Amino acid sequence: MNGGVNGVALGVFIFFFLAVTVLGFLAARWRKAENEQSLDEWGLGGRSFGTWVTWFLLGGDLYTAYTFVAVPAAIYAAGASGFFAVPYTILVYPLIFTFLPRLWSVSHKHGYVTTSDFVRGRFGSKGLSLAVAVTGILATMPYIALQLVGIQAVLDVMGVGGDESTNWFVKDLPLLIAFAVLAAYTYSSGLRAPALIAFVKDGLIYLVIAVAIIYIPIKLGGFDAIFHAANEKFSATNPATGKPVGGLAPAPAGQWTYATLALGSALALFMYPHSITATLSSRSRNVIRRNTTILPLYSLMLGLLALLGFMAIAAGIKVQNGQLAIPQLFENMFPDWFTGVAFAAIGIGALVPAAIMSIAAANLFTRNIYKDFIKPDATPEQETKVSKLVSLLVKVGALAFVLTMDKTVAINFQLLGGIWILQTFPALVGGLFTRWFHRWALLAGWAVGMVYGTFAAYGVASPTQKHFGGSAKEIPGIGEIGYIGLTAFVLNVAVTVVLTFALKAFKAPEGVDETSPGDYTADAGDPGVLTELPEATAGAGGH
Amino acid sequence: MSDAPEVKRPVVTPVRVVIALCLVAPFVAMLWVSSYAKVDPAFIGIPFFYWYQMLWVLISTTLTMIAYKLWQRDQRARKTGGKA
Repeated sequence: MNGGVNGVALGVFIFFFLAVTVLGFLAARWRKAENEQSLDEWGLGGRSFGTWVTWFLLGGDLYTAYTFVAVPAAIYAAGASGFFAVPYTILVYPLIFTFLPRLWSVSHKHGYVTTSDFVRGRFGSKGLSLAVAVTGILATMPYIALQLVGIQAVLDVMGVGGDESTNWFVKDLPLLIAFAVLAAYTYSSGLRAPALIAFVKDGLIYLVIAVAIIYIPIKLGGFDAIFHAANEKFSATNPATGKPVGGLAPAPAGQWTYATLALGSALALFMYPHSITATLSSRSRNVIRRNTTILPLYSLMLGLLALLGFMAIAAGIKVQNGQLAIPQLFENMFPDWFTGVAFAAIGIGALVPAAIMSIAAANLFTRNIYKDFIKPDATPEQETKVSKLVSLLVKVGALAFVLTMDKTVAINFQLLGGIWILQTFPALVGGLFTRWFHRWALLAGWAVGMVYGTFAAYGVASPTQKHFGGSAKEIPGIGEIGYIGLTAFVLNVAVTVVLTFALKAFKAPEGVDETSPGDYTADAGDPGVLTELPEATAGAGGH
Repeated sequence: MSDAPEVKRPVVTPVRVVIALCLVAPFVAMLWVSSYAKVDPAFIGIPFFYWYQMLWVLISTTLTMIAYKLWQRDQRARKTGGKA
């Protein structure tokens, strides 16, 4: 924040923003189907996306503005420990490869739109399905809020955020405008809008990273100089603890944390409703497997991006709020017009996932709360209408959250969201491979995981806050510091297994399983699979 | 991955073991943090810790690709085998 508004950067930013807005509204016509009133159409883009669209959609979805800002910010603050995002994304792909094709098949066979749909069908339990739906919605809301925090960071650095003294309305006006635009095109175009905009977003992000990773090190005197500067910063001792503030490689004490965070986050990622939405919108089973072989391109990008955190140190960036480190680095290093491009990449990088997340949360609400509990005889038109409205509500909620609460609150809830969503893993992934688990045991395991995770996270203090200060804590029985989400998950599985044995011994009634083993390996073209695809889109635009 | 029960071939075959190994290898490599938590040797100034993990992005991609190809072949063989 060098005072004043960066006019050139702002101009470029607005240009890109307008361009994607137009694109967002045009998206409604892209590969349009005849039955546009169905939820499949609005919420899953007609389930018609090929390998490349799915790739852009998933990438646009998982690598958000927040990732863009937060991963290097973590490196900037603490060094090596922030790099866990890279092994985390490496581990995600073998996992996707193993279980998502099965979810795709069974969902297409039975017309499932959400993970809760599947859980209800598999275990015949509305209660378990409700638990999964509520967890999904709860975990997604702060995630959307964080996207808005990402836009705010960029606006702040450009100087249009105003400072504390300006009128709140003027201060938040740019964010309100961005938000209104996002809400309007999601409402009108559904999943097609983010899918189309994701092309622009990824194009811009790749461009910015490529330039940043070559241009900035040259200006700073090479990686040697960058890591030298970083090493100096991290070897300084923290007066409070007497230990170094960070390091270029994790100390032995931090290695458990590093590994458990990577593993836990990888397991959690595809439990998020928005990643499932992007997956189910793909055209065939093989699209998903093919995607696991090209998605790692994003991990590579993320690794390079993380290094920007070290560059910010070497460039002598000093910011109070770590989230501003990278936007500030861009502003200091790049010529004004390219700063605008970089900021547009971050801004659009927030809009795409925010749109997909709100659609995913809306699908969950409509299918698994509205239709299951409020209005069982809802027609597809009504479902779509409710979904559109809820997607709007979810975004208003996120906006209210960002505007009224402290930013750290949003980040805390996001940490909690990760811990929570991981607790739906046994029901979902377990259910994909076996029917052995008992529905009540799964529900009990979920409850134990949720309660333990929330309490454990509540008890974590950080230098700036008493509660929810982080997501790592001592693992009971092992004594090492580990990711709370993973500990809660292990507890969850243990409870589920023990109770399943018990319930089976007492012959507690099992729900009706509406799926059959063949459903999990069915592919497009098999009997019963193609019928759900709108005919107008099924054959169009092949790759 | 289980198959339809009418297929009489064994569920565990050498090809499937290779597929499983390809998918498990990244977990072993990445979760064994102490094997790569060091600064030297550096590569163009980037400490070992960072370039090693980024190298694993490429290695795991290759492994997933191999798994994908093998799986496709396996499935095709099973389909034609089932009909014969």
